[in-house]
Amino acid sequence: MIHSLFLVNSSGDIFLEKHWKSVVSRSVCDYFFEAQERASEPENVPPVIPTPHHYLISVLRHRIYFVAVIQSEVPPLFVIEFLHRVVDTFQDYFGVCTEAAIKDNVVVVYELLEEMLDNGFPLATESNILKELIKPPTILRTVVNTITGSTNVGEQLPTGQLSVVPWRRTGVKYTNNEAYFDVVEEIDAIIDKSGSTITAEIQGVIDACVKLTGMPDLTLSFMNPRLLDDVSFHPCVRFKRWEAERILSFIPPDGNFRLLSYHVSSQNLVAIPVYVKHNITFREGSSQGRFELTLGPKQTMGKGVEAVLVSSQLPRGVLNTNLNPTQGTYTFDPVTKLLSWDVGKINPQKLPSLKGSMSLQAGASKPDENPTINIQFKIQQSALSGLKVNRLDMYGEKYKPFKGIKYMTKAGKFQIATR
Amino acid sequence: MEWANQLCENRQFGSKMTDSKYFTTTKKGEIFELKAELNSDKKEKKKEAVKKVIASMTVGKDVSALFPDVVNCMQTDNLELKKLVYLYLMNYAKSQPDMAIMAVNTFVKDCEDANPLIRALAVRTMGCIRVDKITEYLCEPLRKCLKDEDPYVRKTAAVCVAKLHDINAQLVEDQGFLDTLKDLISDSNPMVVANAVAALSEIAESHPNSNLLDLNPQSINKLLTALNECTEWGQIFILDCLANYTPRDDRESQSICERVTPRLSHANSAVVLSAVKVLMKFMEMLPKDLDYYSTLLKKLAPPLVTLLSAEPELQYVALRNINLIVQKRPEILKHEMKVFFVKYNDPIYVKLEKLDIMIRLASQANIAQVLAELKEYATEVDVDFVRKAVRAIGRCAIKVEQSAERCVSTLLDLIQTKVNYVVQEAIVVIKDIFRKYPNKYESVIATLCENLDSLDEPEARAAMIWIVGEYAERIDNADELLESFLEGFHDESTQVQLQLLTAIVKLFLKKPTETQELVQQVLSLATQDSDNPDLRDRGYIYWRLLSTDPVAAKEVVLAEKPLISEETDLIEPTLLEELICHIGTLASVYHKPPSAFVEGSRGVMHKRLPARTGSGESTESPDVGAAGGSAPEAAPSIIPSQGDLLGDLLNLDMAPPTTSGPPPPSTGMQMGGMDLLGGGLDSLMGDESEPLGGDIGGSPAMGAGFGAAPAVMPASLNAPVGGGLGDLFDLGGVGMPMGAYIPPKIVWLPAMKAKGLEISGTFARRAGVIQMELILTNKAMSVMTDFAIQFNRNSFGLAPAGPLQVLTPLGPNQTIEVSLPLSTVGPVMKMDPLNNLQVAVKNNIDVFYFSCQYPISMLFVEDGKMERQVFLATWKDIPNDNESQFQIKDCHLNSDAASSKLQGSNIFTIAKRTVEGQDMLYMSIKLSNGIWVLAELRVQAGNPNYTISLKCRAPEVSQCVFQCYEAVLKN
Repeated sequence: MIHSLFLVNSSGDIFLEKHWKSVVSRSVCDYFFEAQERASEPENVPPVIPTPHHYLISVLRHRIYFVAVIQSEVPPLFVIEFLHRVVDTFQDYFGVCTEAAIKDNVVVVYELLEEMLDNGFPLATESNILKELIKPPTILRTVVNTITGSTNVGEQLPTGQLSVVPWRRTGVKYTNNEAYFDVVEEIDAIIDKSGSTITAEIQGVIDACVKLTGMPDLTLSFMNPRLLDDVSFHPCVRFKRWEAERILSFIPPDGNFRLLSYHVSSQNLVAIPVYVKHNITFREGSSQGRFELTLGPKQTMGKGVEAVLVSSQLPRGVLNTNLNPTQGTYTFDPVTKLLSWDVGKINPQKLPSLKGSMSLQAGASKPDENPTINIQFKIQQSALSGLKVNRLDMYGEKYKPFKGIKYMTKAGKFQIATR
Repeated sequence: MEWANQLCENRQFGSKMTDSKYFTTTKKGEIFELKAELNSDKKEKKKEAVKKVIASMTVGKDVSALFPDVVNCMQTDNLELKKLVYLYLMNYAKSQPDMAIMAVNTFVKDCEDANPLIRALAVRTMGCIRVDKITEYLCEPLRKCLKDEDPYVRKTAAVCVAKLHDINAQLVEDQGFLDTLKDLISDSNPMVVANAVAALSEIAESHPNSNLLDLNPQSINKLLTALNECTEWGQIFILDCLANYTPRDDRESQSICERVTPRLSHANSAVVLSAVKVLMKFMEMLPKDLDYYSTLLKKLAPPLVTLLSAEPELQYVALRNINLIVQKRPEILKHEMKVFFVKYNDPIYVKLEKLDIMIRLASQANIAQVLAELKEYATEVDVDFVRKAVRAIGRCAIKVEQSAERCVSTLLDLIQTKVNYVVQEAIVVIKDIFRKYPNKYESVIATLCENLDSLDEPEARAAMIWIVGEYAERIDNADELLESFLEGFHDESTQVQLQLLTAIVKLFLKKPTETQELVQQVLSLATQDSDNPDLRDRGYIYWRLLSTDPVAAKEVVLAEKPLISEETDLIEPTLLEELICHIGTLASVYHKPPSAFVEGSRGVMHKRLPARTGSGESTESPDVGAAGGSAPEAAPSIIPSQGDLLGDLLNLDMAPPTTSGPPPPSTGMQMGGMDLLGGGLDSLMGDESEPLGGDIGGSPAMGAGFGAAPAVMPASLNAPVGGGLGDLFDLGGVGMPMGAYIPPKIVWLPAMKAKGLEISGTFARRAGVIQMELILTNKAMSVMTDFAIQFNRNSFGLAPAGPLQVLTPLGPNQTIEVSLPLSTVGPVMKMDPLNNLQVAVKNNIDVFYFSCQYPISMLFVEDGKMERQVFLATWKDIPNDNESQFQIKDCHLNSDAASSKLQGSNIFTIAKRTVEGQDMLYMSIKLSNGIWVLAELRVQAGNPNYTISLKCRAPEVSQCVFQCYEAVLKN
């Protein structure tokens, strides 16, 4: 199982280590540093690195490498999932997961890690339970603790730990009972130069924020559950019921959680919300290149496309650009060759465009690489796949909760090839 | 300490109360200061001091000197303080074992605390203190905790058993904790069950032969029930444990699959992959015609696709596993090609894996799309990725025949870009395409030649040289091209040197007139000026070949090459089976069996897929069963890198002719040193009007050059016809290290039955020629003349290749030995037994008939060495019904001796691996009529009985082949 954990910052210093079994010398991280040196980009460090006696499994989050050391055969996904859970917990406890935050709360971090793993076996990873064991630091509590000498470690056995609903603590009380659900879809697409779709898929999630008193039992039904054939559920969802009736039935955890994530990939279901007309050309022997880009809305179901940001890695041979945006601002970094254009909102009546010229190294041959255009955008109040919640009901408790459902679409890895 | 200072500053600026305050140091000794605080009377001050100690510990400072002071703080009601002290203890108890004893009493007391949280905490911490003296005291509290009324304590205690086992395995067994742990599998609380399973699995890993996890239908049922109710981590443990179970029949396996399937929708990817493992394994047992089977196949695809939208690290692990799944069951993901298309901002390790899977999934249906993508990738920035993309195009061409043309034109487009590394990669793969589709795309050679100058990598240079040599007759200036490489011969890498040598020899054989000087030059460079033994040996072999018998040289050097296999990097089926059982583990990421790399797990039972029971196969002969018990130790070498291919190419040049053509003319052999080449050349150049022999012989350079070789030659000249060639091969290491097995001569035709003519004989294979060696004895009173011989039709079409050479009359009581070369092109009729041969011998007296049996080994041809990948594919391909097993008794050779002995009879060992003292040899044999026989020979050290499994598309030859094995090995 998981032997040790090292946290490494972006400059390559180990700033925290935790061992669950015998102590593993931090020199084991030298292998990690070697791999880090070899990698061209920080994110290119391979996640599994073998060393003569150990294996290092790492994830990079918030510019911190979480490096787990294992000695025997352990499912790597198990380790990676656990590391993600550690990151999530830190974020949950400290608001941000940064080196400074971890150092500021080093004792809590240690207590948490001790509570999360025992002998390398996961012990308590649900934030609801951890919070009962170790109270998250708040400024108020820290001050009070220092004055009164009380502690942030719970004295009681967490109630959820062994119940049938381990994800929910008991005795929850709210004055305002509310349940919010956000349907968020990210579209990943690769479009070729002629504008036809090579791949397009939607990653959707339903994130919930449930603040309900007692032990509420919720059911959520959809207008078009057929869309959801590839789903992963939070453990609270009763799978049998979903199989039989296509209804989500669950006792929710308290607070924020991800109810389900889903994947829509059949091409005909994925509408492409924006189009790009582009003309990026270099001529042999000329030190000038042309650059033209126009954006427009495509299938957006009548909703506006906002927060549009276009970025592209131009070929190395491009020295500088001289472009005119019809709206928004554009920047070009001559060192990294990264062009980015903050467009804002797309007005269907007056399509935004970016036109002008690029200056190339004189005498150099025409660049080989073809720039890929990345686009980010958001569409409010619409889920691209068309997924719609039909109704949300609550059983088991008497009060009337306030319910809310929000939809949003945004671009994930939305890329357009230009050649 | 930079950050510590920074933290100090933070503290000064902000009024925030954070833990960073514990990092401040004072000018006085820090340890001293802490010591004083730890011994303070004020609880609050104590706690703060412990926190400071912990903080120092986390950043790796040594605060072990404070041990007694910290342990003193342990007796407290404050849970946080207690936890902190425990943290400290776990870290430093090892270095202060005597002091740690002080803590024991508190632990024992805490284990009986009213608060289950404290009981659990105590037993948990005690297990983490790796001090022998303490573990003794741990036993009693642990026993109590394992039976505690509170499940939280029980589940903690279960893990503690694993900890204790790690420290002192004997103690755990003696105390009977393992049995208690097994009982916990039936606990009422699912979390306790999950932890008990986890603990047992960990213990079992270091205890390969114990049947700790003795699973039966009842316990499986318990596990499946717990599976639905425990946490995600518990589910992983339970699923991994389930994967070790072998269901009794397909019905049980289906019911387990049904109960595991819902896990595919879990949010935790590790749960999903563990579930996939269980399903992939148990599916093996389901009959394929079952509706449920296809439903299950359909259900497997979406979760795998979903894994690919997770974080890159998860994707990487998922992709490595999908790579296995795609090889095992391509049908699952065959429609999902698009999800493997590379995204611009994927990390490089994800890109490379996706590329690999794209090729595996490539088929005629999707090849157009794949090629378009690959071409796109070939223009990206990352050099490694671009290289791999170009190679991928070549692999597509080889895999999907219909796409070959398009692939070649894509590669040509890429060559036009003139990007150096793209051109080089393209040339390397085009070489493979030539190998796969001979005489189809050679028109592109001109384009390739244009780029000769830009090649600076050995692999690309070697590939280009191979192409020039191979197609020398189509390239007008081949000699100039090769000559240009020759200038810097000694600066080239070995790979290029060897290739250049071979290419020039090929060129010479194809265009002998213009290139004598060149071949002369390269031979002397290789043999005289080089320190590399490989190069020298090869140089000498060519030299002797050319000087003794150019016709044979032509047959050897320009022999037809076997086509390269479609998939160059398929994982060996037995390894694949094992890896499928390890989906989701490190083994699956490295594509190596766990025994090959996980420390401390030597002798782990090798997992194998269960046999399909529904189809009524006998359990005795599943092919996977036979080979599946083996865990290849040197597995990675099974997967040849692209680079190995070239090595193969070179070796192929050396291979003897495929057909057992006419024996080398004996006249050529007897010629003397200087004349050798001349005479040979004449025969090579046929209708060339001007005889060159004299010229060459007269050239002083030539004389000197060839003068060097004959020093070693007489030996081979004196050898019987063909023996010389054999010796040559011997030098190259391709031929027969020990000589083929020749059965002793037996009397075929007694004199009684043939009016005084006695014939005894045997069969032999010498240098690729089958010979019938006869001893004719005249036991009659009169002289015998006019001998002739004829064969009846037989199973392998054996026929005399020439007349029976008995030139002088055979007088009374005279004996003559003759050898009769045989060909295998005669009429064919199946005989019983298969190797029966009916012979008619005629002399001046009468015609006599007899029948004899020949050892089938003489039909084993010299190019019977299969490529590994082909072997794997073929082994898999041949139905199990065609497999037969035999025992060879009382054979006392070790496996190496056996292998080289067999090689002498053209039974080639392709791979060898050792598993638990048992050597497994994989061998291939090719019969003269093109039938391949694959064999697996198992040799156990110290056991004189070998087991051999034979697989062949024509199973009737197996019996004969087995007899040969027996004969060869025992003689």
